[in-house]
Amino acid sequence: MTQEIIIAGFGGQGVLSMGKILAYSGLMDDKEVTWMPSYGPEQRGGTANVTVILSDEKISSPILDSYDIVVVLNQQSLDKFESKVKPGGVLIYDNNGIHKPPTRQDINVYCIEAMNACIEMGNSKTYNMVVMGALLEVMSYKLPMENVIKGLKKSLPERHHKLIPLNEAAIEKGRTLIK
Amino acid sequence: MKEEVRLMKGNEALAHAAIRYGFDGYFGYPITPQSEVLETLEELMPWETTGMTVLQAESELAAINMVYGGASTGKAVMTSSSSPGVSLKQEGISYIAAAELPALVINVMRGGPGLGTIQPSQADYFQACKGGGHGDYHLIVLAPSTVQEMVDFVGLGMDLAFKYTNPAMVLADGIVGQMMEKVVLPEQRPRRTEEEIRKQCPWAANGRKGLRKRNVITSLELESSKMEVINERLQARYKEIAKNETRWEEIDTADADYLIVAFGTVARICAKAKEIAAKEGIKIGILRPITLWPFPYEAIEKAAKGKKGILCVELNAGQMIEDVRLAVHDSLPVEHFGRLGGIIPSPDEVLQALKEKIIK
Repeated sequence: MTQEIIIAGFGGQGVLSMGKILAYSGLMDDKEVTWMPSYGPEQRGGTANVTVILSDEKISSPILDSYDIVVVLNQQSLDKFESKVKPGGVLIYDNNGIHKPPTRQDINVYCIEAMNACIEMGNSKTYNMVVMGALLEVMSYKLPMENVIKGLKKSLPERHHKLIPLNEAAIEKGRTLIK
Repeated sequence: MKEEVRLMKGNEALAHAAIRYGFDGYFGYPITPQSEVLETLEELMPWETTGMTVLQAESELAAINMVYGGASTGKAVMTSSSSPGVSLKQEGISYIAAAELPALVINVMRGGPGLGTIQPSQADYFQACKGGGHGDYHLIVLAPSTVQEMVDFVGLGMDLAFKYTNPAMVLADGIVGQMMEKVVLPEQRPRRTEEEIRKQCPWAANGRKGLRKRNVITSLELESSKMEVINERLQARYKEIAKNETRWEEIDTADADYLIVAFGTVARICAKAKEIAAKEGIKIGILRPITLWPFPYEAIEKAAKGKKGILCVELNAGQMIEDVRLAVHDSLPVEHFGRLGGIIPSPDEVLQALKEKIIK
């Protein structure tokens, strides 16, 4: 099993921390993991992306040309990464702010209304966990939820551990957005 | 603290490793993309646990000279920076090498020249391996390709530095500094006691206590005949280091038609290119120098036998390729592929370059 994933959006949407929680969850499930961010000034208000690789085997390159799953949270990222989905792979995008939807026919495309789901839940801060729920749902590697919770615990400072049930609920909500 | 598996950035791993390997002091000045080293050390507050000193100096020059001072007393000391900051440290590094002191310098490289960019680079190969500072000296240069190696090479670098009383450098690229991977941190190695330091470092300027003649730490010797002896001693030591400590990794080099030589994270991008190429029936072997100085000339010469060509992949305009060419004596085509200014090539680009420059 190897899952090559990129998550891309605006800085501040929780892209990097979502990738970190995913990587930690994989680690808790005894997988090899890499988390490779785009870093630098482009994170401030610009686009941010993170490549996460989860595998049973030693991971070679942290830099990839194409991905099993691409998660995009804004138009720029969709424009940049739609072509990078492997044929037969998965593209997840949030329709919020998308005016030019994806066109590829050789991949599985899921449009999720993650921001709306957050508003329904009454907490926009859980946005990235809603998106992560959708991602976990489409991954061919089924990460056990108990290890995702462990990943959350590892990633969040202890003072925020009281928020784990809320994050868990957001993940479960996100799973239901994949139809 | 026992061995434990953690997920962390390469830069964070360097900081944890410094504490775990029992360093006495870290002296640094922040610069992207390695600021997390100092930040993590400040967060971990090792002065309250192991007693390790962590100090943000007023400049890179101050930091490297604090390392010089600490090393003179036999303490295990280090500094870290990124390319422009490492340029500033070069005078101190030359002095430390001349004074025959153990110390660890870490460079998490960014794109240059000048202030350049904060994105990853490997353009300081020449600086690290061919001098950098003035005079005939060498650093032991280790190039990590994984976050685990960031940890391991802090320990290895310091052990080699003490074994040969010569400064060592961990030459990392910004990629491995910023990426997170699984790491196993070593068990806590206690800091050496004063007695242990006296035993291990009889040369140290740490107070003679009326028991021995005074030790003088200096890089100055105005009498040429004596300075030549010092230089000859250094050269003999470099030969010894080259004989004993040359390290490299090979992936499927025996069965390949083409060889890629790359160091650091770039070797892993090339390993992916190799996997893609295998599906097309192109057989590539990878040779990754782990010590950039001493350089694995013989290993490359051996691995190149029977190959149709070598591609050197580096995040620079062609630096290590000079050593690769020296290793193979023009016996086969050797070409360079690299991206500059902070751009990281993808595995497909590497394979494409191999096809265009070598396979043709």
